[in-house]
Amino acid sequence: MIRLQDLKRISEYEWEIPTSFRKTMRVPVRIFSSQKLLEKVMDDKSLEQAVNSTALPGLVGHVMVMPDMHQGYGFPIGGVAATRCPDGVISPGAIGYDINCGVRLLGSQIELDAVGDKLGDLASALDHYCPSGVGVKGHLRLSTAELDQVCLQGARWALGRGYATEMDLQRTEEFGTLAGADPDKISPRAKKRGQSQLGTLGAGNHFIEVDVVDQIFDQQAADAMGLRQGNLVVQIHCGSRGFGHQVCTDYVNEFQGAVQRYAIKLPDRELVCAPLSSPEGSSYLAAMRAAGNFAFANRQVLAHFARQAFEETFAGVVPNWHLHQVYDIAHNMGKIEQHTIHGESMQVCVHRKGATRAFGPNSPGLPAEYQKIGQPVLVPGSMGTASWVLVGTEQSMARSLGSTCHGAGRLMSRSKAKKTVRGEALLQGLLDDGIQVRAGSLPGLAEEAPQAYKDVDAVVKTVVGAGIASKVARLRPVAVVKG
Amino acid sequence: MNRQAAGFREIDHTADWALEIWAPDLAGLFGQAILGMNMLTQVVLSPENRITRELEFTAADPESLLVTFLSELVYIGEEEDIGFDHLKINIEGIHLTARLEGAKIKERMKEIKAVTYHNLEIISGPRGLQAQLVFDV
Repeated sequence: MIRLQDLKRISEYEWEIPTSFRKTMRVPVRIFSSQKLLEKVMDDKSLEQAVNSTALPGLVGHVMVMPDMHQGYGFPIGGVAATRCPDGVISPGAIGYDINCGVRLLGSQIELDAVGDKLGDLASALDHYCPSGVGVKGHLRLSTAELDQVCLQGARWALGRGYATEMDLQRTEEFGTLAGADPDKISPRAKKRGQSQLGTLGAGNHFIEVDVVDQIFDQQAADAMGLRQGNLVVQIHCGSRGFGHQVCTDYVNEFQGAVQRYAIKLPDRELVCAPLSSPEGSSYLAAMRAAGNFAFANRQVLAHFARQAFEETFAGVVPNWHLHQVYDIAHNMGKIEQHTIHGESMQVCVHRKGATRAFGPNSPGLPAEYQKIGQPVLVPGSMGTASWVLVGTEQSMARSLGSTCHGAGRLMSRSKAKKTVRGEALLQGLLDDGIQVRAGSLPGLAEEAPQAYKDVDAVVKTVVGAGIASKVARLRPVAVVKG
Repeated sequence: MNRQAAGFREIDHTADWALEIWAPDLAGLFGQAILGMNMLTQVVLSPENRITRELEFTAADPESLLVTFLSELVYIGEEEDIGFDHLKINIEGIHLTARLEGAKIKERMKEIKAVTYHNLEIISGPRGLQAQLVFDV
């Protein structure tokens, strides 16, 4: 059990668990959090899991946790850790089952005031075009050869099929394609799961949400992103579906043997890992990148369907109903990046699980229009509460491996949420607040109630206060589609 | 404490699902895990056309055997829409054979996406064998 008094306070928004806390710790844990948010997670196992993660071989710097942290399995949600290349390890459990789960933001020139009573129609059209829910298959059926191309090309595969524009790709992390993917490192079982799931939202906490830009904090950055106060935007939150889950399942299972072969001792079997330079580590990295590409393509196809829904609803109603890409980011991914740690520039494998890459201005890999402002960071709230558009900063590069928070972060278990919140009452409450909801099930909706999450505004205040992100715009929901 | 010879109960988990399972022996423990998963997903099977599936696995240790077995059922549930409610499981050492009877899934409210190894340890206790399982949902 970790207590608040075990932590060393660095500043108003930073805390540390030193390596002296436990013998197995190879590096300290750095916590980005206000005291109030930190007190909310002292009862769950987030910090215990962060301490366990410091046993991974080859770690450099700190294991970091963001203010939206919560208990996961193995590695905490909201965790960031870097292992040195090539002697450090890669751990599938520190990236997560939903490889490249992430968020895409699409902007529009549609003013909320101009859509009248069309929001209900829009929610229904999004629900119709974007398959969601438990066990739902997509409109596309991919052959094995075509799935391999999705694994290799990511969102760029969608360009050839008419589901993407070049601008979409330019405004996607890694331009929508992770290099080094190898579909041959994916099991037939994973491929079978993936063949019918491209272009599907899934269930759980995944959603499509229409928001209105409520407030602008950085006009220059908002202009670069095409965000204007009072206009509609769309967030798409989902990942690599059963395909990514099977890839992770396969490699967590395989790595149970790898840790024996490489004599790696860990406090939790979910943290199993293999050296980056080993055959096992290389295979997982190539498979993870393939699953990451699947997720980029998945959100791209869903963006195409969202555009169809907007056209069906708004063509002839507003002069310009088109959706432009603002950005697409991953929050479950392992990336080989160059960072300066303890004054030394080095190549590392950054594991982000429930944490967003937040590269500052003039960083490599950003499109020209974002070079000056830094990488857009998309922080969805919970339905009924705000979401945020932030940008990475020079400080995020220096202090958090170019990383920041990924959302509000869960506070309440799903079973407790279902006992506390009635789906019907929640649905009516959201409607009363002017939010149209299309949900696969009322109990499922209750599990995702705003009360089950932390205050996203407090999370954003923390990362901004810590200097690892900067505010651009606040979004307010007007329609939500959930599986 | 629940004094049943074999059983399961949901444990609070912030984001995912966790089960405590217990039984006098390994086969019973694995069976309780399946029944617990059925409870969590609120699966309803079709009353018609019963389906039988025979499975066989060997793993490095009992915990790996449990994860492998349950992962197979997650896969069958997702890809073939089949669930199981009558279980005949036999485990010798680290070798499992099972004859599972069930039917097409008529309805399920939730889905388990993966079975994790998080803190998974099958231990002997006052209720025979017991373990905690965490599922990704």
